Order: sequence, then C-alpha cells, then structure tokens
Amino acid sequence: MMNNIEFLKQKATEIRMELLKMIYEAGTGHTGGSLSNTDILTVLYYHIMKVDPNNPKWEDRDRYVQSKGHAVESYWAILADKGFFPKEELKTFSQFNTRLIGHPNNKVPGVEMNTGALGHGLPISVGMALAAKKDGKPYRVYTLMGDGEQAEGSVWEGAMAAAHYKLDNLIAIIDRNGLQITGSTEDVMSLEPFGEKWRAFGWEVIEVDGNNIEQLVHVLEGTPKVVGKPTLIIANTVKGKGISFAENVAKWHHHVPSKEEYELAMKELSKQLEVLQ
Amino acid sequence: MSNVALKGAKRNKIANRQVISEVLLDLAKENKDILVLTSDSRGSASLANFGKELPDQIVEVGIAEQNLVGVAAGLAASGKKPFVASPACFLSMRSIEQIKVDVAYSNTNVKLIGISGGISYGALGMSHHSLQDLAVTRAIPGLDVMMPADRHEAKKMIEALVEYNRPVYLRIGRNPVEDSYVSEDYEFQIGKAVTMMPGNDITIIAAGETVRLALDSAIALKMECINCRVLNMHTIKPLDNEAILKAARETGKIITIEEHSVYGGLGSAVAEVVSQNHPVPVKILGLPDEPAVAGKTAEVFEYYGLSVKNVKDIAMQMVGK
Repeated sequence: MMNNIEFLKQKATEIRMELLKMIYEAGTGHTGGSLSNTDILTVLYYHIMKVDPNNPKWEDRDRYVQSKGHAVESYWAILADKGFFPKEELKTFSQFNTRLIGHPNNKVPGVEMNTGALGHGLPISVGMALAAKKDGKPYRVYTLMGDGEQAEGSVWEGAMAAAHYKLDNLIAIIDRNGLQITGSTEDVMSLEPFGEKWRAFGWEVIEVDGNNIEQLVHVLEGTPKVVGKPTLIIANTVKGKGISFAENVAKWHHHVPSKEEYELAMKELSKQLEVLQ
Repeated sequence: MSNVALKGAKRNKIANRQVISEVLLDLAKENKDILVLTSDSRGSASLANFGKELPDQIVEVGIAEQNLVGVAAGLAASGKKPFVASPACFLSMRSIEQIKVDVAYSNTNVKLIGISGGISYGALGMSHHSLQDLAVTRAIPGLDVMMPADRHEAKKMIEALVEYNRPVYLRIGRNPVEDSYVSEDYEFQIGKAVTMMPGNDITIIAAGETVRLALDSAIALKMECINCRVLNMHTIKPLDNEAILKAARETGKIITIEEHSVYGGLGSAVAEVVSQNHPVPVKILGLPDEPAVAGKTAEVFEYYGLSVKNVKDIAMQMVGK
C-alpha cells in the first residue's frame, strides 16, 4: 500500500494531466497558474480540508476561496475527482452555457464564492473566518492568492482586518510563482521584501516550496502555529510546473498548447506518473 | 390616501438613519445573526448606540470600503445577515466591484445602506455627492435598489429587508425629511409603487426624499384644477412596470423627480419602460451632468429646479395650461 505522500504526488500529476487536457480541448485557459497551484490544491483537498462532496454545504466544512480565480482548471479537475460533480462534465469546460467557466462559480457544488476579480478573496475569507469565530465553530478558511494579485489594495485592507480580529482560523496561501502576465512580478511591481510586509501587517508568515508535497503537508498540518494570528504561507512555486518547456515562461500564463506541445507535455507527465507508480 | 401627510405636516426631526438604526437594534437583540458593518461610519450612520448595546454584532473595518463589502459577503456566505452602512458616495463607487461580484453575482444576502446619499453633503463637493449610485447599482443583475420616502417608510423597509434574502442597495439621505406619510399604517411591498395621490391629468413619479416634493407639487397643481397622480417608486429595481404603464395609459404624461443625475436613475428607468411599451412624454428632473454646485441641499435643489414652482410650471406646460 502506498503511503499518503506518494498518493498525493500521483494525484497531483493526474490532476496536471487532466487540466492540460481540459485546456487543450477547450482551446482556452490559464495553463501556467493552474500548473503552479496544483500541488497546493491537491494537499488541501486530499489531505487537509474537511469537506464532504455528498454534502457540499455542510455547516462545519472548511472553506476554500480561490482569490486567483483565473487558475481554475486544477480546481475544476479536483472538485470533479473528489465527486462534487460528475467527471464527465469536465468536457464542458469553457463551452457554451457551461457552469465550468474560466473562473470559480458558485453554481458548481463545492465552490463558495464567485471570484475572478483579483483582490476579493481575502476580504471574503475574513468575513467567513469572523463568522466562524462569532459562532464558535471550528472550521478553517483557506484562501489562495496570486503574487501578481498582491498589488491590489484590497488585499492589504483584508490583511489589516484579519490581524485586527485575530483570525487564527484563516490561512492565506500565496502562489508565489514570480510571474504575472507581463513578466516578473519584481519588474511589474516589486513585492520584495514580501514576507516582511505581511509580518508587519501582523501575520505569521511561513515560506515553503509550493511544489513540494512533503513540505506542504508538513506546513499545513502545523497551522495555525500562533494563537490569535492569521497565517500566511508563501508557497514558492514554478509557473508551468511539471512541463519542462512551460516552466518559468511568462507566456504560458494563458498559452494554450499546440498539438505537438500537448502531446509532448502529456508524455512528460505520463513519465512522471510512471516513476511514482 | 388617508395616510399621506399633506402640506403643513409637523416638521420631522428624525432622520431615516436614526430610524433604521433603532429598528436594526430591536431586531438584532432577538437575532444574533443580524450584524451591522461600518467603515468608521458608525456616527454618520447613527449606529454608535447599536455598537454600545450590541458590541459583538457590529463589525468595524476602518476606512476600507472594498474590505467592508467583501467581509460582509463572507459573513453572509456563512449564514449571517449583514447590514453595511457607509456613505453612499464611497459605498456605491469605491466598492462597486465587490458589490457586483461578491454580493450580486455570488448572491450573498448583504444589505448595503448608502447613507448621506445624493447631495446630503451639499457643500462638500462632487467627491461626497452620490448622484450616480442608482445608475450603477440598477445596472447590476441580482441587486435590488430601494429608497424610502420618509422615516415611516424607512422603518417598514428595513423590517421587510430583514426577512428578504436578496442583495439590496438602499439609499437614504443624511438629514431628517419632512414626512410623506402620517404613520406606518399603509401597505408596503417591495417592488410595488405606492399611489400617494390619485389623479388622471398627469403623473409625478418620485423616489426617496423627492416624494415630498412630488406631493407638494401635486397639491399646488390641485389649486390650478390639475389632478396629478403621485407614485412613490420606493423600489427602483425591480421596477413596478405595471404602475408606470397604468399611469402612462391613464394620464398620458409623466414627470420624474430624483436626487440623482438625470442619467441612468429613476427617470431613465421610467423612460425605458414607457418608451418601449406605451410611449408618452416623460420629463426627467434631477441633477444635470455636471459637478453640482455647493450649498445646502435645499439651495442646490432650488438652483436646479427641484422646486414646487418649477415642477408645477413644467406640469402645467405638459397639460397645456
């Protein structure tokens, strides 16, 4: 019997294959960001969060808000695989009149909120975490933000409020792949010293290799570390992770693979899966 | 209608915000899920007492209107009933994307109360005027838009909204308004206009604090033997198309009055319905497309022709007298 870490690694690779297929078949999607956040979502959904696909509105479920809404393909693939909706439906991704649109959509079971406009997820998560505190409920709120998204002022409004209300049930994760659509985050609008900014806002900050399943499991199992403080996990990731020729290439932000690129990428991912099996 | 306050009614000293705060406090004492959210606006919203009595049910976010609405949406998504109170000029502009996405599109049960609306802050200039809020909010699918005429209607409206599970933007002014009703003894239904005065010569449609002006104008017109119908369109969206078309058919002429830009507000909404279904002349009175002049609300109203004399003159011209 394989251990949990191996299972998660395999799962992440399968999700990468699934999302690439979705993007290739639909002819649209945010390839790079979905590949960079796959490991984070895999660890959250298959190891950390308490959710029930048969009862998506379960009152005590952990909440997940995907603030970087555009990197939705890995999210759809995981929700389908978990059984929130039939896997068959993934074929409708971005097709006419689908509910599996290019951003999280709460018509889909398991999705809490419609997102897509950047800078919205953290304030929403603050509201959810505050509600849990008021009701004395144990659930946690996880939100995933992009690093390019950090230029939005509303992120910092939410950051202040989370610390002010001592929301230790709120865990924000930043998919720190270092790239946004125009290029490097440091060229477009520099973030560094990034961790220090969040610490100054009153958050417990942890850095992790966001494409390393063991590290993610270890860090997420250990949060919250400090009572009365929200947690920020800077997950250093590689945009386009898993496909050698897409890794760290800005154009893969929303580049759709050609037939050749698709076949080559699937071959690479199949090989990775074989090694894990 | 017997409960309509005629001219000469005692000058009211109670602002709508005060009434709303008192009603919310009463209801919130019975229901801990009712929360109010403020952006350093508890004083302006008359919510200081609410905060003292129910400190666990007021959420302060500081001067951060985007966060204000986002937090409210998160609370609503977790079963709370948040009432957000913030100056209309900021709430309807700074946080409009949160209103569109987190509230309307996500369908979270958030009530957005735009306080000090219109030109309440008359002397503070365009930054503090909210004369575009009806235009933006009513163009957002899934968001209802309301304006109470006076303190009686404000009370009835808030009571109705506590049980109404839809996103709503509600705008009120800062200062006490003269009563349009003598009491709360009338039927209030979201989305249904109230016929304040009957008449078949012309119709004045107003919303919020201009209902009083509409009534006074109709009374002045009566002296000229013109029977003017007055509709209180407290719900701008969903609009009572039926009442508007009935007025178009039965009176043939319509004047709209609003404390809002003449672009995109009540007048536009009425014209959209009338022009496509039963075209009749519609005169839209409101604030012109310019930064409004500074001054007390009454002075600015007067300057832009939102006065009994001007409404009366226009009405007489329209009926051909």
